[in-house]
Amino acid sequence: MATVVDIAGLAIGFDNGPPVLADFTASLEARSFTAIVGPSGVGKSTLLRVIAGLLAPREGTVSAPFEPDPGRRPFALVFQEARLLPWRSILGNVLFGLERLHLSAGERRHRAFEVLELVGLADYAHRWPYQLSGGQRQRINLARALAVHPALLLLDEPFSALDAITRHTLQGELLRLWHATHTTILFVTHDLDEAVYLADRVIVLGGQPGARIIRDFLVPLARPRDRGSVGFADHVHQLRSALSDIMAGGEGI
Amino acid sequence: MNRRGWLAAAGLATFLLGWEAVPRLGLVPALLLPPPSSLPAAFWREITGGWWLDATLHSLGHYTMGLLLGTGLGVALGVAAALWNDLDRFLSWVIRLLRPVPGLAWVPFAIVWFGISEAAATFIIVIGVLWINFYASYGAARAVDKDLIELAEAFGHKGVWRQLVPIVLPASASGILAGVRTGLGQAWMAVVAAELFGIPGLGQRMMQASSLLATDVVVVYMITIAVCYGLTDIVFVWLRDRILSWQR
Ligand SMILES: Nc1ncnc2c1ncn2[C@@H]1O[C@H](COP(=O)(O)OP(=O)(O)O)[C@@H](O)[C@H]1O
Ligand SMILES: [Mg+2]
Repeated sequence: MATVVDIAGLAIGFDNGPPVLADFTASLEARSFTAIVGPSGVGKSTLLRVIAGLLAPREGTVSAPFEPDPGRRPFALVFQEARLLPWRSILGNVLFGLERLHLSAGERRHRAFEVLELVGLADYAHRWPYQLSGGQRQRINLARALAVHPALLLLDEPFSALDAITRHTLQGELLRLWHATHTTILFVTHDLDEAVYLADRVIVLGGQPGARIIRDFLVPLARPRDRGSVGFADHVHQLRSALSDIMAGGEGI
Repeated sequence: MNRRGWLAAAGLATFLLGWEAVPRLGLVPALLLPPPSSLPAAFWREITGGWWLDATLHSLGHYTMGLLLGTGLGVALGVAAALWNDLDRFLSWVIRLLRPVPGLAWVPFAIVWFGISEAAATFIIVIGVLWINFYASYGAARAVDKDLIELAEAFGHKGVWRQLVPIVLPASASGILAGVRTGLGQAWMAVVAAELFGIPGLGQRMMQASSLLATDVVVVYMITIAVCYGLTDIVFVWLRDRILSWQR
């Protein structure tokens, strides 16, 4: 499979402080679903910000996934909190992501309704954010990112603040959207069950300060996955021991 | 009318009756405290003489001009200082020096610079509302959620100018408008103060009346100012609620 993004030798730190991330190298295949897990504070959100171009790394590079394209963004971020603009309607919030692309007003509107359909909230286009539930707001957060047709979709613990039932529903939704849009996904989570349920590949980060990749393994389970199966439990168990090794090493929090 | 309405009406009635009683019972001469019953006649004299409309229109003119200029300048400076650290540093001592000087203290300079003129009145009103708007806007624009700024950057709205209209102004609108509303009241005080020095308007007419001991006329103009302020505030609140209709 073709590589979409090459992340090579990233070192990240703030001001003159010690490095948050010492070394991160990974190639992401087209249409792959990669999860990143690691203890809180290890630098997962910071890594996504660097990949998205919001923060410059001290060292290393992130390759551009395609030639500059006025109608797409190479990366799009889905935040942990929905971060909807309260003074804009739902439609307005999705359009916000499209406003810096070179699209006509008609094309923007078309794209916005396309993704609103995709997340099942087209009927809510003219509502205000406060009129939506937490789960619906996360769908809009996701729709706003999908609307820019990113080569790589970056998600930062997007379901962690939701109740278990809504979280499971949205995990299923995300898999459906992943297939429907053929996008490549990098998904940060601290929920091991979630990582094994969603991802083809799980990267475990550890070591503080100066985190690096501790484990990088594939999840070859067939889809749709059954949380009750032995294979599923086995993978979650493997992940848990990798993480408890980090903790036992005194490197985690 | 509900209980709240009755109580408010009863309070107002008690106030007016008490006011009427004091001069009528001879506790205080009517010249020092004109009874409310004498006011309609005084009001009518002012209207038929043409003074009331003339003074009110003049004052409204000063008020509108000064308020628009002072508010515009204060909001623009406040938001700009919040967004550009260099401007903030550049202005910090200038503002520390100028801000504590009350609007009234500028009257001598206003008159020296502009003469007894509309411009002098406008200038004093501008000073009267400038700082309130500056600080309200500065605080509101500083407090804009950094997560929303990051969101804007993530979707290509990079740089202060691209974030100003879609993020900074709406996010600070509520705080800015609170400053503007305080300014609405301050501006009326400044109008009267400026006109006491002889610039035509309500304040000048009050000064003339008081030098003739026509205290009932003074009260007529006090009430005029109160009503004008009340109306501006009602219109403003109506407008603000429309602007901020996206808030819960
Ligand atoms: N803007 C910043 N300035 C300084 N340090 C920061 C900043 N943002 C994050 N950090 C530090 O970087 C580390 C990693 O943070 P983060 O990426 O949020 O971790 P995670 O998402 O894995 O929980 C933390 O120690 C945090 O304190
Ligand atoms: Mg995080």
